[in-house]
Amino acid sequence: MTHEFDFDAVLASFDRLLQGALLTVELSAAAIVLGLAVGVLGAFAKTSGGVTVRALVSAYVEIIRNTPFLVQLYLIFFGLPALGVKLGANEAALLAMTVNLGAYATEILRAGVEAIPKTQIEAGTALGLSPLQIFRYVILVPALETVYPALTSQFTLIMLASSVVGTISANELSSMASLIDSETFRSFETYLVVTPIYIALAFMFRGVFLLVSRAIFRRRRRLQGVFGFGGAR
Amino acid sequence: MPVVALENVTKSFGALTVLDGVSLAVEPGQVVAVIGRSGSGKSTMLRCINGLEQIQSGRIEVAGHVLENNKTALRELRQDVGMVFQSYNLFPHLTVEENITLAPRVVKKEPLAEAKATARNVLEQVGLSEKIDAYPEQLSGGQQQRVAIARSLAMHPKVMLFDEVTSALDPELTEEVLRVMEGLAKAGMTMMLVTHEMGFARRVAHVTVFMHKGKVWESGPSERIFSDPQTPELRQFLASGLK
Ligand SMILES: Nc1ncnc2c1ncn2[C@@H]1O[C@H](COP(=O)(O)OP(=O)(O)OP(=O)(O)O)[C@@H](O)[C@H]1O
Ligand SMILES: [Mg+2]
Repeated sequence: MTHEFDFDAVLASFDRLLQGALLTVELSAAAIVLGLAVGVLGAFAKTSGGVTVRALVSAYVEIIRNTPFLVQLYLIFFGLPALGVKLGANEAALLAMTVNLGAYATEILRAGVEAIPKTQIEAGTALGLSPLQIFRYVILVPALETVYPALTSQFTLIMLASSVVGTISANELSSMASLIDSETFRSFETYLVVTPIYIALAFMFRGVFLLVSRAIFRRRRRLQGVFGFGGAR
Repeated sequence: MPVVALENVTKSFGALTVLDGVSLAVEPGQVVAVIGRSGSGKSTMLRCINGLEQIQSGRIEVAGHVLENNKTALRELRQDVGMVFQSYNLFPHLTVEENITLAPRVVKKEPLAEAKATARNVLEQVGLSEKIDAYPEQLSGGQQQRVAIARSLAMHPKVMLFDEVTSALDPELTEEVLRVMEGLAKAGMTMMLVTHEMGFARRVAHVTVFMHKGKVWESGPSERIFSDPQTPELRQFLASGLK
């Protein structure tokens, strides 16, 4: 039995897919920025905080890493209104994505921070820098550089994970796809179109990550010349 | 008034007593060499002076600050105390200039232009003006160590502490670093240096302190310490190595 391909109905709704893709990009980009910020704070708290702070951060990380994203999403979407906080679907989706990514980013960055030699911290201390200044100026960039590959794959994962936020009716790419699927009954075609869109989005994000790394990790750029304009400064 | 004064300082790691009633004073402009066997407490003493280690009892006064366990006071004190380590410890992600300007900008809140002017000065002092835009890993060990010295100098410290700063270097590179330190000494910088370079200590240091078992075992004018050691331990130490 062969499938009779018919893309017409799906392609007729292409603009809706693009709308969905746009929301996917917006949610993911915002979640990446906010999640990274949470991760940086979390890693600082986890490595420099007191016992209580460290325990709280550990609890947060463990809860998130041991529960499904979908459950986290529902807890936020249904739980916060029950506590009197009003949230739209997109806001709830962004919050869930941020909370989720923040936990993974905390854990990844913590490993990077702990890989920094103690002698670096001592040098900063001897120069009179405060612990926060040492974290900000001495530790953060080398730590980010060390874990950048792991961090950026996590960023890509959260973009892919955003495909479930349609279940709370945030109309990103996958939810648009399922809508079109239910209208056209062309499931295979729909997802054949959606797949390359996701791949394109993932590559686009990777391009952005590369550009960002160029800006932050100047030393590597200059020494290895891998990005083509080494030595410019 | 001494720039550094230790009075009956004790320091232990658990059951291990590393400094056992150390007293000494360093006068302004004085160069004090600290010698002694491995494990005698030389590094620990330097690290106590800028509060990298906490002491158990006794009193340390540095550049008018009494060392106490108060974070803000400690940071104030550290601004007056430069410390150079055996392993250079430059910040690898920052250029030479950024390494040098970081603490003046962040700690002393100096304007960028002023910090950069200072960086040029101190780099010239260590003979590395042309490396201002280099990254640490583009420099030899000796050059990195000279940048580390420049980085400390940029804070305009009242005293500089050197902990075996040439131990990781080849002989030629050792020479270039020692020359910089000698220049500093001649310029009147107050310095304490832990060293295995006995010739350098004898020639440059006004006073040499021999540490043994966590105590100042013997100290005095360098010439006398090296030519006429009084204690059998120092005699044996000088005879054993001169390394
Ligand atoms: N953080 C620490 N924890 C436990 N013991 C320590 C610590 N730092 C130093 N010690 C111990 O204290 C003693 C003195 O160490 P210190 O580094 O001051 O000696 P040193 O005279 O500088 O020796 P070296 O010439 O080898 O550098 C040693 O026995 C060392 O093992
Ligand atoms: Mg030592």
